[in-house]
Amino acid sequence: MSLLYEMNQKALALGVPFDVQFDITYRCNERCVHCYLDHDDRGELSTAEIKNILDQLADAGVFLLTFSGGEVFMRRDFFELIEHARHLLFNVKIKTNAVMIRENEAQRLRTLGVEQIQISIYSHRPAVHDAITKLPGSLQRSIDAIRFLKSQGLKVIMANVLMTANMGDHAGVQALARELGVRYSLDPTITPKMDGDTSILNLRIPGTELNQVFHNEALVGDVDKFCAPPKAADQDDLESFPCSAGHTTCYISPYGDVFPCVQFPLPSGNLRRQKFLEIWQGSPQLAEVRSIRAKDLPVCSTCSHVSACTRCPGLAYMEGNMRGPSVSDCEKSFYRTGVPSANMLRGSSFSAPGGSLIQIRSLTA
Amino acid sequence: MRTEKYIARSSAIAARLLGGEMMIMSAVDSTFFTLNEVATAIWQAADGRTPLSEIVKTRVCQDFDVDLETASHDAEHFVGELSAHGILLVSDQPFGTAPVGANSV
Repeated sequence: MSLLYEMNQKALALGVPFDVQFDITYRCNERCVHCYLDHDDRGELSTAEIKNILDQLADAGVFLLTFSGGEVFMRRDFFELIEHARHLLFNVKIKTNAVMIRENEAQRLRTLGVEQIQISIYSHRPAVHDAITKLPGSLQRSIDAIRFLKSQGLKVIMANVLMTANMGDHAGVQALARELGVRYSLDPTITPKMDGDTSILNLRIPGTELNQVFHNEALVGDVDKFCAPPKAADQDDLESFPCSAGHTTCYISPYGDVFPCVQFPLPSGNLRRQKFLEIWQGSPQLAEVRSIRAKDLPVCSTCSHVSACTRCPGLAYMEGNMRGPSVSDCEKSFYRTGVPSANMLRGSSFSAPGGSLIQIRSLTA
Repeated sequence: MRTEKYIARSSAIAARLLGGEMMIMSAVDSTFFTLNEVATAIWQAADGRTPLSEIVKTRVCQDFDVDLETASHDAEHFVGELSAHGILLVSDQPFGTAPVGANSV
């Protein structure tokens, strides 16, 4: 058990928000085919508003702060915001496509003490990557940025979202990560768009490909361990929380809306109208999320996967019920272990395309 | 005559107080520490201008009821360990400006 995990458990016991993702803009210079966001500015928080929120987050005890978007470098005040966050002694991580990072930006990130930069790379082949981002030359610019960041000694993670358009390229991206000396992470999750449009779910890789990913030693390590059949659930499993969303983590949108997680679009308050701690401690929505234990999930509590499932309550919420199963996670459990979930056995299916799913909606809209 | 030491917090760290325990992570190598109450008191007093001997007297001996010799020995050890990781800066002269995040934790 790592010390960081221990501190996260302590934060959980004390009701302290340990880890916050703050999207400071939804604007972006890429137009990725799988992106769930719209890219209009519908009244972003000002520099002063964000600084004030950062002050509140520091006072509330937040330690890990991730700036994301949209593309964070689309904000002209981004370095001013990082500087303020670092002055408040946050551990700052950034998620970016990195196409606006050159030598000077890399040097400034180093000087400001940013801990980690996560960069989205979809393929090692420019034609594939650039077709996904719809920005010609974007792969080369992102790779150049990784080299600039590495030359400054910064920690970089290459995030490879897997979809139908690039599902054959993960080995190439992994090799590219090795060549550049950066960590590689793979994510096969595609979520509906924020306006409820589910058409992009057609980009999800098919189950057969997911099965191959989960049985690929280069991606998952020990395949036998990773794909082992689920162990029988014990009382501790049934008393456990589904995940850290709303317990030690939360998400803040560019409009000041607070949600349990970036992938859990349950509006829980707005920072233009309330203080952060009022929302964190007093939101009925967050209280409801926190009240749910695995034993309270009508279908999942009976499922053989309950002890090891990666069930995302946010995806379940988007599918209609935060206490229900998340079909995409049922599929992951099935293709990982070969054991069907309780939800699959009862014959439920998720007809996402064309369905009406809830997604992130601004409270101020 | 013994040389006075001055200690200042590095700007290349992240830190937060959690339930009386200070968490510190180095932005350079991601080393993660937690400090006990005594070490936290020294760390919070590391403003670059107050001599370490004074910090030990006013923040450790008085607040934690420890004798001066023991507190000084422990403080020297603690400062040596954190400075080796670049988390505390040590000098025999006062530092010029207040460290980053001086009032944040």
